[in-house]
Amino acid sequence: MLTVLLILIPLITGLITFGLKGAGAKALSLLSSFATLVIAVIAWQQAATAPETLQFVAEWIPQLGSQFNVGLDGMGAMLCLLTAVSFPLIFITVYGREYDRPGAFYGLLLLSQAGLIGVFTAYDALLFYVFWELALIPVYFLCSMWGGERAIPVTFKFFVYTFAGSLLMLTGIIYIYTQTPEHSFSWTAFTALQPGSTEQSWLFWLFFVAFAIKMPVFPFHTWQPDTYEQSPTPVTMVLSGIMVKMGLFGVIRWLLPVLPQGVYIWQEAAIVLSVIGIIYASCIAIVQTDLKRLIAYSSIAHIGLMSAAIFANNEQSMQGVQVQMFNHGINIIGLWMIVEVIQNRLNIKNMQEMGGIATHAPKLAIALVIVSLANIALPLTNGFIGEFLMFSGLFQYNAWFAAIAAVAIILAAVYMLNMLQKVIFGEANALTSTTADLKTGELLAISVVIVIIFVLGVYPKPLLELVDSTTAMVNAAAWVK
Amino acid sequence: MNALISTAVFGIVLMFVGLFVKNKQQIKYFAIAGTIIAFIANWYDGQLAGGSSTILHGMIEVSRLSVLFNAVAIGSTFLYFVLCGSSFEKVGDDVADYFALVFFILAGITLTASFSNLLMLFLAIEIISIPQYILAGADKKNLKSNEASLKYFLMGSFTTGILLMGIALIYGATGSFNIYEMGLGTGDLSPLALCGIILLGFALAFKVSAVPFHFWTPDVYDGSPTVFTAFMATVVKAAGFIAFLRLFQVSFTGGGLEHHWQLIIALITAATLLIGNFTAVFQQSVKRMLAYSSIAQAGFMLFTIVSSNETATQGIILYSIAYSVATIGIFAILLKMKDYTFDGYNGLARRQPLLALVNTIFLLSLAGIPLTAGFFAKYFVLTAAVQQGQLLWLVILAVLCAAISAYYYFRVIIAMYFKTGDAETLPITAGFRSVLVIGAAVIILLGVFPNLVLQFL
Repeated sequence: MLTVLLILIPLITGLITFGLKGAGAKALSLLSSFATLVIAVIAWQQAATAPETLQFVAEWIPQLGSQFNVGLDGMGAMLCLLTAVSFPLIFITVYGREYDRPGAFYGLLLLSQAGLIGVFTAYDALLFYVFWELALIPVYFLCSMWGGERAIPVTFKFFVYTFAGSLLMLTGIIYIYTQTPEHSFSWTAFTALQPGSTEQSWLFWLFFVAFAIKMPVFPFHTWQPDTYEQSPTPVTMVLSGIMVKMGLFGVIRWLLPVLPQGVYIWQEAAIVLSVIGIIYASCIAIVQTDLKRLIAYSSIAHIGLMSAAIFANNEQSMQGVQVQMFNHGINIIGLWMIVEVIQNRLNIKNMQEMGGIATHAPKLAIALVIVSLANIALPLTNGFIGEFLMFSGLFQYNAWFAAIAAVAIILAAVYMLNMLQKVIFGEANALTSTTADLKTGELLAISVVIVIIFVLGVYPKPLLELVDSTTAMVNAAAWVK
Repeated sequence: MNALISTAVFGIVLMFVGLFVKNKQQIKYFAIAGTIIAFIANWYDGQLAGGSSTILHGMIEVSRLSVLFNAVAIGSTFLYFVLCGSSFEKVGDDVADYFALVFFILAGITLTASFSNLLMLFLAIEIISIPQYILAGADKKNLKSNEASLKYFLMGSFTTGILLMGIALIYGATGSFNIYEMGLGTGDLSPLALCGIILLGFALAFKVSAVPFHFWTPDVYDGSPTVFTAFMATVVKAAGFIAFLRLFQVSFTGGGLEHHWQLIIALITAATLLIGNFTAVFQQSVKRMLAYSSIAQAGFMLFTIVSSNETATQGIILYSIAYSVATIGIFAILLKMKDYTFDGYNGLARRQPLLALVNTIFLLSLAGIPLTAGFFAKYFVLTAAVQQGQLLWLVILAVLCAAISAYYYFRVIIAMYFKTGDAETLPITAGFRSVLVIGAAVIILLGVFPNLVLQFL
């Protein structure tokens, strides 16, 4: 029942918010996101002790053998927690801002939250697909209506890309469904089926393309920098912090256990694509002058590493990926918060025109330094443990891949430190010397991020324990060779 | 049977009503009442039929499928009359005649799901076609309307010849007009019968505007008065498909028979999907875009013919509802617009938020986005093809085409919501709005619970 509540709260409040104006919409969405957070924390506790109590099954379309089947395993609980933590942070950060038509803006954000949680909890393939699309539609409208001047074509490209990918996945889902003996969409039936290796080999691509577009993995990434740049920052936080995790989640929940032989056949290809993406995106990030695009490319590099680690598919890499999914979400949302503040104050995106913020806005500068360092995965920050585990797992799979991917750490340090230097240090110019420091709401949200960064950096055990069950599930899922 | 009688009677009565009643509003209400009565009569059929019963010496079979499809067709016509009925009087003075012609078409439609004899199929197709030729040319002083009518008539009557030829060849090969008693699946297929099957396939492909028999469609849909295009492109097209499916499922499937024609229909499907979608992308007028989109949607409905199995039947029913309701809704809104180009929709969301929202739901349904009826419609037809096996290439082609279709449907959404402009509309009544909302509610309800309809099958 808790799981259903997790979906229902944002869904219902989201629909109500559409009818509200101004402050009411803000207040309700903030309230709703806190309610979701409370439920998510309770669910997290239950996922550790009694995960079966979180399962909820109801008949949906009996003619098709499709059920409303939701539940939470370790990874699901972790991602729901990430979603539930992120939304209040996003709402607090932008609490002081005024958006045109706030009812629709906050309503759509809450609907996307409902869709995201639905994706992370669905144990029925058809339901998973429905939520997968449902999460996309509100984001499409958010980006197009409140985005930058090029937002409409850019978002449209994003939409068509992901829509095409998900339709291919739908074909795969239908195919597997018709093969299941009892014609069921349930995750259990899907994992139990295990088609022959030739079938798995091409089915793999139907699913992989959908997930790769969402993550995004090279060469399916071209929608991403433009979309991140043009979207309003709260939406970019949702996109980069949570939505890209849908792709990673999909691979772990719906690809590895359902088509293990397909993965075995193509894992090397997938890792090569991921590693190319890491290096390629890092190199482009170095030469970016636009702050938003720099973070977008750094995100492609980080996701590439996670994707490579998933396909290396051993215990360490899998643990690392899941921990990193949470931490990357927190860190990148932290980064976007600061970008949002800088944009709000200066209204420029070009880093060449910034500089000297440290002297005028010390708190902002300190926050940016901490979050950037966490993004480079410095020890004692939350990014470290995940990256360490992923590299160690990748090394076990193939030392060369690990070595090439490790170059990305150096490159990440280059572009991140370079960014810090340009943005906060140096001489202040006429524009940046007017920068006002963090306000209460912003300070609060960023402090939460920083606390999470340090707590999980020093003591990642709760997170590692939470995702243990999923790692065991994936490793047990018939790694047939 | 009740549906056939009641629609035919209402057609005749309406012709005479036009002589005595001069108030056009009253004629419209009369026609709406007619659809309601026909709906109830048809529902009563379903109560009597139970399983299925053959009447009129094996000419007509009343089954659950036929009753359900008639209900869909009559229900859609009801929606069409309520939403677009007031636009009839803009076409010309003979409003009662137009309504009567639509009822005659409806009478033909009730036969398409229940014929069990090739002669009845021929009659059904003709009863549907002839009033359409007249409706296409209803705007008598407009040259384009005349052209549409003439073109449609010439092409249509030519195809009727092909249809008859096919029927004759089948009769020659099997000695029977009854679709259940041909027995083509047993033993070798004679060249005569194969020719008959192919000719019938081509004739019906013309009626549902499948590529390469589609050339009449954009011109006829564009030239005809918009209000009649809305009917031709929706209910009539769905009826063509149900006849197509019924004939091929009952008579030409089983015993390996489908291997003789499956590839041809599959290629027609692929061509229809590609041409329909790619051409729709380049249209500048929403009306013409809808004409090509109707070809593209026909490509999806052709999947039911290619697979001709149980799921296909469920698929065509869902598709008929999803497609008819959404397209009638979009046309109804189009009729209220002053400018039929995409730019004419600019900024509609600011001026008419409800209209824009409902239009968005209809467009999302046509694009096949989940939680709308269009998603499950597409889902069922694609599943039918996957079950058939060996058609996966066609399914993948279709889903890529569905992604393309998002492009032109979203152009309207983009214009309504994200562009600034002064979308001018004709005055809109509260009744019009509430019926549109009901239509949108049906789309969403079936998008969440498709079994609400499928349980009747």
